[in-house]
Amino acid sequence: MSGAIIALDNVTKSYGGVIANRAVSLTVERGGITGLIGPNGSGKTTLFNSIVGYHPIDSGSIRFDGQEISALSVQKIARLGLLRTFQTTRIYGKMSCMQNMLISIPHRKARLADMFAHERADVVERAEQLLAFVGLYEKRELRSGSLSFGQQKLLEFAMALMNEPTVLLLDEPTAGINPTLINGLLDRLKRANTEFGITLFIIEHNMRVIMNTAEKIYCMAHGELLAAGEPGEIQRDQRVIDAYLGAT
Amino acid sequence: MNLAARQSWPFLLILVAGVIAPFLFPTYSNEIAVLWLMIVFASTWDILGGQMGYNSLGNIFFFGAGMYICAVVQIGLYYNVGMYTSGARTTHIVFTNAQYFTGLALGTVVAGIASAALAVVAGWIVLALRGPYFAIGTLGIAIAAAELVSSWEWVGAASGISMPVFPYGPEPQKLFFYFLLFALAFVLLVFLKWLYSTNFGLALNAIRDDEEKAEAMGLHTRRYKRTAWAISAAFLGVAGAIFGNMTGFIEPRDIAFPTTTFNLFMVVMVLLGGKGTLWGPVIGAVIFHTIKEVTWTYFLGWQFIALGALIVVTIVYFQQGVAGWLMEKYPRLFAPRPAARRGAAPALGGALTPHPEGAE
Repeated sequence: MSGAIIALDNVTKSYGGVIANRAVSLTVERGGITGLIGPNGSGKTTLFNSIVGYHPIDSGSIRFDGQEISALSVQKIARLGLLRTFQTTRIYGKMSCMQNMLISIPHRKARLADMFAHERADVVERAEQLLAFVGLYEKRELRSGSLSFGQQKLLEFAMALMNEPTVLLLDEPTAGINPTLINGLLDRLKRANTEFGITLFIIEHNMRVIMNTAEKIYCMAHGELLAAGEPGEIQRDQRVIDAYLGAT
Repeated sequence: MNLAARQSWPFLLILVAGVIAPFLFPTYSNEIAVLWLMIVFASTWDILGGQMGYNSLGNIFFFGAGMYICAVVQIGLYYNVGMYTSGARTTHIVFTNAQYFTGLALGTVVAGIASAALAVVAGWIVLALRGPYFAIGTLGIAIAAAELVSSWEWVGAASGISMPVFPYGPEPQKLFFYFLLFALAFVLLVFLKWLYSTNFGLALNAIRDDEEKAEAMGLHTRRYKRTAWAISAAFLGVAGAIFGNMTGFIEPRDIAFPTTTFNLFMVVMVLLGGKGTLWGPVIGAVIFHTIKEVTWTYFLGWQFIALGALIVVTIVYFQQGVAGWLMEKYPRLFAPRPAARRGAAPALGGALTPHPEGAE
């Protein structure tokens, strides 16, 4: 399968007088890993928020799997299979890791009667497998709020996988994670892509990570799309270098 | 003890205590009946306040609504409600046994269903509010309801309604309503025990911990919120229907919609016992009701000062409540949920193994 799973066409979003995204057009290839980089304040997270329906966009179009989603609510978009993780990790802090996983089942299949269902054995097993996948199996009964920041990030990632998304938008997955663990996370991201077939769209500041993971990278600056290309091209692109070093 | 036995002994204890209490302490049967009502108040408040993190200050609305709906059904089945409640009425109206019990049964059921429906409608508006805004919004509903009923002549306005009289005399009446309230509290606790063990319990907790995250994960948050409030309202509506008939006289401000007494007691009992647990509200209700009855009896005139002091001490020094404190102190007593399998970490499809470096 190939082709664009997410297609943005001239998406503009402004807050009052500040234009956070100006006529951004990009595509995310189905089954691939796409990166989004750019200096702080260049509008990356705003773009993510627009895609997942967190706020209405001013103009333009956002299509997911051919369907226009720019007017849908966050929950509806999530149930379509387009999921995001947060820059500041968000988990259910007073619940155990297992409970966090069990409530993260894909809700697109949820019928009314499922509100009062008990968790099925295969769902519990899947939750345990995914916790093992991110290395949190031993901590499954601990309160998730008591985990370290890095572990919470891994848990959030496992919860996202539990939801069986088609596309996963990751907002700085390695931020705040102990450098020695980044390789492990990187490897898990790649395996989520290859083995579970989840399309990844990643905002990342760690250049080593993104250059080694993504097949295509978009670079934003001042709310506009600056450059696009393979990691090698982006690294050599003078506009990208200028944006990061502040020459513009 | 196996898990099932360990989890069912509190219910057995309550069942035995509830059945023998009115015979063991016949002079206190009314006070104990009100204790079951307090347990219903605390446990239904905790569905939203504790499990879901939505602090309602207007749950008393459903209690009063149930009380009035039941009264209107009871009377309206056989008489003209406006005539019955009219202050100018001079005829004495007596309900036959059959009229009394059919009216009570139907009225109670309708009260539960109608209160749940009111919660869905009210929830449409106020469940979009969060934090203190939700608390004030719900308080507004309760106060508005009290004022509205106070000026509504058809249901007796501020002078209230004298309920149909229980046909078998005062002593059997006491026992009858004692067992109705006890049965309601018992059914509620069994129901909540089951409810909190399903996906519903997890969803409520997820909304409490981070509603925005729950939305981002595609959880049907509005559906869960409305259903939770409707469940709470249904039990409160039935409680109101029973309590109105137990007291024999209902009026809006002090009995049906008492925003500053019963309405606040709900919150205090849950805070005292421990939010977000099954047994915390029960423990809180028992302690609170005991203190309240003792201060009412022995320190009359000081009772509200004593209650105020209790509220301040609870909120400042003891926010986790009795159940929260016990769980902190003796975590081993509280089995994790859901029951986890022991043994080695499972692997994904055999080919995948967890990373040797683990998490941290």
